Amino acid sequence: MPHPSRLTARVLVVMPAWNERDSVAETIAEILETNPGVDILVVDDGSDDDTAARASAAGALVCQLPFNLGVGGAMRAGYRYALRNGYDVAVQIDADGQHDPRYLPKLLARLVDADVVVGARFAHKGDPYQVRGPRRWAMVLLARTLSRLAKTRLTDVTSGFRAANTRAITVFAAHYPAEYLGDTVESLVIALRTGCTVTQEPVEMRVRAAGQASQTPVRAAVYLGRAVVALGLALVRRWPAALEHAPADLGIGPAGKAGRA
Amino acid sequence: MSATTILGLTGAVVIMVVLFEMLRRHRLREKYAVIWFVIAVSAIVVAVVPGVLFGLADLVGVKVPSNLLFFLASLLLLGLTLQHSHELGRLEERCRTLAEEVGLLRLDFEQSQTESQKAQQADGEPVEDGSE
Ligand SMILES: Nc1nc2c(ncn2[C@@H]2O[C@H](COP(=O)(O)OP(=O)(O)OP(=O)(O)O)[C@@H](O)[C@H]2O)c(=O)[nH]1
Ligand SMILES: [Mg+2]
Repeated sequence: MPHPSRLTARVLVVMPAWNERDSVAETIAEILETNPGVDILVVDDGSDDDTAARASAAGALVCQLPFNLGVGGAMRAGYRYALRNGYDVAVQIDADGQHDPRYLPKLLARLVDADVVVGARFAHKGDPYQVRGPRRWAMVLLARTLSRLAKTRLTDVTSGFRAANTRAITVFAAHYPAEYLGDTVESLVIALRTGCTVTQEPVEMRVRAAGQASQTPVRAAVYLGRAVVALGLALVRRWPAALEHAPADLGIGPAGKAGRA
Repeated sequence: MSATTILGLTGAVVIMVVLFEMLRRHRLREKYAVIWFVIAVSAIVVAVVPGVLFGLADLVGVKVPSNLLFFLASLLLLGLTLQHSHELGRLEERCRTLAEEVGLLRLDFEQSQTESQKAQQADGEPVEDGSE
């Protein structure tokens, strides 16, 4: 049976969410409104509130993890789902409403010449999204180093707004670090090391729609220190890491449901 | 018997008894028991035949034999904790993988449940064959 939807890429939006009851439904609604036709998978990471119920009511698929794994764990589950269900593209969009889904088509368009496209801030002067102090230094350090690795200008490697094609999905389904800054910085290093190409598309990000921001001055300084450590580790680590924990059934296992794809 | 001999022996015996009890109650796996057993046995040897320790200290050129004992003991503890950290990291990784799989399975299960419910409601009778 021919799939009419097959004419365009099947896109899965993976949305990591942890206690985001105030913004998750709105964010989903906005994505569906601006990008009809995409599927949304909310990975609810052991929330204490009714994030999962609200997401489900808003029209998203919901994968509930039994306890909190962090963004990395949630995203790897998302990439596994994308791989097993035959999606062509997986896009991460945060549940806090910071990522404007109107940029999604632009990100997708860039996937013709790259395997991973990062929706990046600070790409041009006058970006309304400002970060200062140690946090800014850390971001610049990370961006410069990764730019060199990627052989292209990257201005915002800690951005969670990113699109991946099947090639990158396959890599991320097996290797997506759960450690600090692993979900953003190290995952890009892994992608580059495994031969994927990474590029960026300028986006404007919004301030949080609801809930608590994770920045304070002290944390910003700690952030810089941890960023340096995380980056150093990511650069000297061998990738792909030992395949011990990569499930053997990736893509072809009983969950591969060819009929549904 | 000197005080150190008694101390060493008591320590070793306590380790042995605790080991045995833990193994008996399935609280400890053999692979961890082995190293503790070796430690207990060497403690007994050193307590009963202190000459072994003196000889060894002489051999490697350590002036105070007890220093050699402390050095070896701390090295051993360091190795053990390092091994535990390694083991813990592996467990965390496996635990994470399992948690992800559980989440995905739950989603799969719920999806197929709602699908079959829909199919049943659609034609009002139990479906025999879903294929077209
Ligand atoms: N699955 C999962 N998602 C999380 C976790 N922590 C945060 N998130 C989600 O990840 C996204 C980004 O988290 P934020 O706290 O906004 O992190 P950030 O955007 O880097 O920092 P802010 O400036 O505070 O917005 C949101 O959708 C959160 O709900 C977690 O432990 N597990
Ligand atoms: Mg955010």
